[in-house]
Amino acid sequence: MEAHAHHKENFITKYIFSTDHKMISKQFLITGVVMGIVGVIMSLLFRLQLAWPNQEWPIMEALLGKWAPDGVMDPNMYLALVTIHGTIMVFFVLTAGLSGTFSNLLIPLQIGARDMASGFINMLSYWFFFVSSVIMLASLFVESGPAAAGWTVYPPLSALPEAMPGSGMGMTLWLVSMTFFIVSSLLGALNYIVTVLNLRTKGMSMTRLPLTIWAFFVTAIIGVLSFPVLFSAALLLLFDRSLGTSFYLSDIMVAGEVLQNQGGSPVLYQHLFWFLGHPEVYIILLPALGISSEVISTNARKPIFGYRAMVGSILAIAFLSFIVWGHHMFVTGMNPFLGSVFTFTTLLIAIPSAVKAFNYITTLWKGNLRLTPAMLFSIGLVSTFITGGLTGLILGDSALDINVHDTYFVVAHFHIVMGLSAIFGLFAGVYHWFPKMFGRKMNKTLGYLHFWVTFICAYGVFFPMHFLGMAGLPRRYYTNTAVPMFDDLTNINVLISYFAILGGVAQVVFLWNFFYNAVRGRKAEQNPWQSNTLEWTTPVEHIHGNWPGELPEVHRWPYDYSKPGMEEDFVPQTVPLTEKEMQTGH
Amino acid sequence: MANGAAIEQSNTPLWGGGRQPFGASYGKLMMWFFLISDALTFSGFLTAVGLFRFRYEETWPVAENVYTHFPFLSGDHPLLFVALMTFILILSSVTMVLAVNAGHHMNKKGVVLWLGLTIIGGFTFLGSQAYEWYHFIKGAKGAVQIKDSSVLYFTSAGGTGEIMSLYELVNGQKRPHDAPHAHFNTEQIRQAFSQNKNATLMYPGKEGQRLERSEAASLMADAEVVQGANMRVNEYGNNLFANFFFFVTGFHGTHVLSGVILNIIIFINVIKGTYERRGHYEMVEKVGLYWHFVDLVWVFVFTFFYLV
Repeated sequence: MEAHAHHKENFITKYIFSTDHKMISKQFLITGVVMGIVGVIMSLLFRLQLAWPNQEWPIMEALLGKWAPDGVMDPNMYLALVTIHGTIMVFFVLTAGLSGTFSNLLIPLQIGARDMASGFINMLSYWFFFVSSVIMLASLFVESGPAAAGWTVYPPLSALPEAMPGSGMGMTLWLVSMTFFIVSSLLGALNYIVTVLNLRTKGMSMTRLPLTIWAFFVTAIIGVLSFPVLFSAALLLLFDRSLGTSFYLSDIMVAGEVLQNQGGSPVLYQHLFWFLGHPEVYIILLPALGISSEVISTNARKPIFGYRAMVGSILAIAFLSFIVWGHHMFVTGMNPFLGSVFTFTTLLIAIPSAVKAFNYITTLWKGNLRLTPAMLFSIGLVSTFITGGLTGLILGDSALDINVHDTYFVVAHFHIVMGLSAIFGLFAGVYHWFPKMFGRKMNKTLGYLHFWVTFICAYGVFFPMHFLGMAGLPRRYYTNTAVPMFDDLTNINVLISYFAILGGVAQVVFLWNFFYNAVRGRKAEQNPWQSNTLEWTTPVEHIHGNWPGELPEVHRWPYDYSKPGMEEDFVPQTVPLTEKEMQTGH
Repeated sequence: MANGAAIEQSNTPLWGGGRQPFGASYGKLMMWFFLISDALTFSGFLTAVGLFRFRYEETWPVAENVYTHFPFLSGDHPLLFVALMTFILILSSVTMVLAVNAGHHMNKKGVVLWLGLTIIGGFTFLGSQAYEWYHFIKGAKGAVQIKDSSVLYFTSAGGTGEIMSLYELVNGQKRPHDAPHAHFNTEQIRQAFSQNKNATLMYPGKEGQRLERSEAASLMADAEVVQGANMRVNEYGNNLFANFFFFVTGFHGTHVLSGVILNIIIFINVIKGTYERRGHYEMVEKVGLYWHFVDLVWVFVFTFFYLV
């Protein structure tokens, strides 16, 4: 294949409307980081309110203006903040920021393709995401405040513009923003799937794909199947809001006035939403698991344990994720028998999840560990994946779930298993592939500092929440002072907030490390982690088309680390099989 | 403009491995995956329709009572027009197949002919849908909404359970085809009801449960006349039926419209000879996939709103 013709590139086509997957990946990452900063600041604000209710904070008034008169947060603003915090973290940081960044960066580089199947659609995917982010941020500034119905935007709060301040303009913008987001994610996912299927280089069979690619590939398939159902839910919601239909509404009074809407059902929305909502958990989690498979194997200098079992468990998780959504709805009046069916399917997910957890541990076992920051974050992911997974067993069981439903136990569970695991995967990916993205290296010491403070604070924030939940403290409450039975939980809330603030500050270390070294960092070498995968055979300086000459040919799987009889402790995928390997069939 | 790898290297095969998976180009695969995704959007809607259809068995309208118009013909012709519409749409799928086939043989004239017919078929379907919506909104027989917001038809107490239109209730005879569409106010209908001792009310659902005259009379005290359909209320029965009718057929119609627009763009390119120069008519095949999908979805929409 001929090296591709060079086009004249100007600033706009190179940095803004770029069709190069490496640039688009950076755009996704940086937009995701900006949204992440907004999301974390929001969480710190409502943590202040939760730990020290009704105390006056000058910073609140400075940031929130009329929504925090005299520095005390308005209850409507509290609801809006938890809503937008959830939305931003789930969709903008951990879906687009994580999967958008690394699918874009790694799919063409690791399968040996010159770019995505359609660079143009890839560019559109980013710009839809960008517009969606701008609209979501703009909703923070409308007069009636941003959407406040929780990140799941259940009707009727979301369906009736007059229901509460946050149901007005802010909610409309939320829906518009999500529509753009869904289009973006669909365009991206179509590209990822087709690229993996159709653009692999010679010798790169599906069974030689790095587990990162398997994870991104399956994630994209889940996205293509689940986001359209959210789209249906959102369209019906828009009709209820603006055209007077009653899909989700029935028997409602607002401000003493009976509404005409009859016959609909808010539970229908919950079904449609969670048909997306549960697979969404794995859209977030699988890329992080894929990244950590790669990072752990590379830094343990050992082949990943059970490659086929890993692929199988990814596929099993993907399949099961579509038949468990009911476990979010055990208290909606669901038939207990149906509840037990959902319990059964939910608990089945524990099997492939455990396969993955054990495979990580066995890969680490007696490995020649290199504890780089990326490796530490990956191990952190294994830890949170197990901790959060165990509480998942409790919440997945309808009989147990009912007792802790909608309490802080749920908050603790999903923040640990999904939030922390995915964000650790994101950090692992950034530390590991930073040399590939920017051609420079991040500071290792700052990386260690970032990891340990983040890791300890993360557990410090979310572990005590289990106890709050078991004590019955409901989530989403503006303040807990009105109920005497929660009085002795105040200290736990204070402790959590201290950890949250410290953990938030630790992210400044990361931001400095990231942005400073993206420009000023030490130049990276070709293959800084002695890794096997194809991306490290491309030149450090990015070129359009990835490889200057012909595409590399692949002869082996990506996990030949510490292979006996080899000179070095790694054998890149491009190295042809030796005669001995051919004879033994390995 | 800097293009993706696929466009830049269009002369060289993209696939570097052994046997190409699926033997399809990336564009065609992308269309397939898009269609799968779109299918799930429709599944979301149709599942919701099914949910309410079974929840409100006694007030869910029977299609034969709703779609009765046929252009230039008087009287009731249940489902005749929609059968014609469906036939036209399926026929346009056939012409699309022929267009794709002509493309395979690099027969430009054939593609122009068959694709042109497909576009005409698409427009005809859209026009038919407009006709269908017009009559759905205007209404045919008329009904009353009682206090619990159910919508009930009139019928004769001793008859076979046939619907009595408002016109019939007031004038004592079926509406002739040349009579103008009449509007009745609630007062008129109450009066006519109290005079016509044979009239009573019935539920619109499949069972068509009839009320006793005395019960009907007490319900008539605060009943309101309903003619035609809007988002709040419709004369055919449950309000969600019209909600979903507008929403789902509208969403499908939007798909047909975008399909027609895509077809027109490709049609222009065919006439300009773009694909002749490119050496293949794959674009026709891709819009063909979309068009077949839209037809297939109609079969489901048709089933949910007209057949069951």
